[in-house]
Amino acid sequence: MTALAETVLAEPQDRPKDRPSRRNDRERVRPSTFLWLSPATALLVGLFLIPTGYAIYLGFTNMELLGPYAQHFNFTGMANFNRMVHDPVFWTSVKLTLIFVIGSGIIAQTVLGLALALLGQRVHVTVRASVGAIVILAWVLPEIAVAFIWYAFSQAGGTLSDLVGKSGTDLLSTVPLLIVCVANTWRGTAFSMLILSAGLRSVPEEVDEAAQLEGASYWRRLFRVTLPIMRPTIMVNMLLITIGTISDFTLIYAMTQGGPGTETAILPVYMYIQAFTFNALGYGSAIALALVLIGALLSIVYIRQLRPELKRAQ
Amino acid sequence: MGTAVTAKEVGGETQGVEASQVADVPKGSLVRRTKRQRFILDGIIVLVGLAFILPMLWLLDAAFSNNASQAMSVPQLTFGNFKAAIAAGAGGAIKNSLYLAIVSTFIATVVSILAAYVLSRRRVPLKGAMLIVVLFLTGLPITLLLIPIYVMYVHLGWDNSPFYTSVALAATSVPFAIWLLKNFIDQVPREFEEAAAIEGAGGVRILWRIVIPLATPGIFVAAILTFINSWGAFLLPLVIDANPQNTPGALGIYEFMSANGRVQFGPLSAYAILFSLPVIVLYLISTRWLHGGFAFAGGVKG
Repeated sequence: MTALAETVLAEPQDRPKDRPSRRNDRERVRPSTFLWLSPATALLVGLFLIPTGYAIYLGFTNMELLGPYAQHFNFTGMANFNRMVHDPVFWTSVKLTLIFVIGSGIIAQTVLGLALALLGQRVHVTVRASVGAIVILAWVLPEIAVAFIWYAFSQAGGTLSDLVGKSGTDLLSTVPLLIVCVANTWRGTAFSMLILSAGLRSVPEEVDEAAQLEGASYWRRLFRVTLPIMRPTIMVNMLLITIGTISDFTLIYAMTQGGPGTETAILPVYMYIQAFTFNALGYGSAIALALVLIGALLSIVYIRQLRPELKRAQ
Repeated sequence: MGTAVTAKEVGGETQGVEASQVADVPKGSLVRRTKRQRFILDGIIVLVGLAFILPMLWLLDAAFSNNASQAMSVPQLTFGNFKAAIAAGAGGAIKNSLYLAIVSTFIATVVSILAAYVLSRRRVPLKGAMLIVVLFLTGLPITLLLIPIYVMYVHLGWDNSPFYTSVALAATSVPFAIWLLKNFIDQVPREFEEAAAIEGAGGVRILWRIVIPLATPGIFVAAILTFINSWGAFLLPLVIDANPQNTPGALGIYEFMSANGRVQFGPLSAYAILFSLPVIVLYLISTRWLHGGFAFAGGVKG
């Protein structure tokens, strides 16, 4: 046997000491890597992963904010979920959340954002820039400012009430869900407008021109050519809107506190009320878990729509 | 739709469309129709713009009017509302928001740069799994974490502390920041770092002298997004900090809204404008810096 073969085939303890026993073909893990990763790991584990686990656990307990069950709470199994299933307010809350997310988020913001993106392509540059700046300004405003503006706007005697012709009515009490949906759309449209207009720019001109030469009308081109090409962009946009809107708390809480009664009590607001106004931390946690589940289900729908594109990209 | 001119119609030749073939469409009318169309579309988009700006006009109007109400009126251009807002605590609240936003942005940015660089450039055990976890965490709603973080914070005695509230706020922005920065650093060419390593530069030096300067736009975006996110923080401070001295701007406005029975539209409008200004300024700066990265630009390629 050659000296080399002897060396390579020898047992580790037989190998001469000057030959390293680790591989040299793969990059080695440097110790500083762990050091540099540690702050992020600490934050994410401590403030995301551990709380998530704890939230799941709490959903099965009867912990409360104050009183006998604050310090010494019990594991109550499915009691919270049983209560949830039989809680009419919970189901109302689910319905309201879906209306809020799908109505004012997915549908309204996407349609309006798309309309603005399409219009933006064909108007004068100054007009497009000014309107764009206004719409984006509505998006940049802090949420509490939006809540206050629309609160005032929809009061009795407020500008919206005047415009609609019902000066005397407090629109926020009569059609609260509609008002908060309008406020949310007003606030969020800029996001869709930006994403969809970027998506529009990536549609190759040649395809549109070819369709034009074939005699296709504008609407036909839009629905048969442009939008299908933009499908991945639209799906990603809807996914991001859903994730952002489903846990939205400030806007509705500041405007209506979930009311009147429970007419605008979307799940995040209902969770807060149960946990911190009615002291039921365990039940509140269970509601939060239901919220995450709904969000996950909606996300799966979009991701499945994106799957053909993802496969092709691989 | 008039004569559709296609390649087929060009006699026996397979060349493209020649100018003479489009002569049967009166040139002037086509141009005029497009011009008129453009003005109609201008009008439509301007209407949308007006609908969007109306609520903001009310805010400006109310902030500068005496006895402002929910209706629009001619503003007297007084600053009395702003003085009243400051008297009601706007100054202190905005200072608190400044603390929360600055500290949380600093923590989140530093933590994320370190993690993103390592995930982009170094070999990390279980890197794939880590990246998927980070991606999923970007979509995790804070509503789920609210109660556990509250319980944990109370047990640790970290409640009612602006610093620990900043830590929590930073954590909410870290997943997205890591993802953003990692993708950004991926695009930065490695030659500079490799050259520096050959020259004998150590890890920290490479990061500080080479990677960070090259990644500045991405860092800027991550920092600004974190700042804006923390500036408007409402739910987290509401729950984990009950000390009225630590109240940030968003909570301050809300409390002012529900105080004193009647809503004071004038001072509240001023308060809202004061609170919104820093964020608006930041947005303007960032669009300048990124050459219109966020702007609703279009048409011109690149």
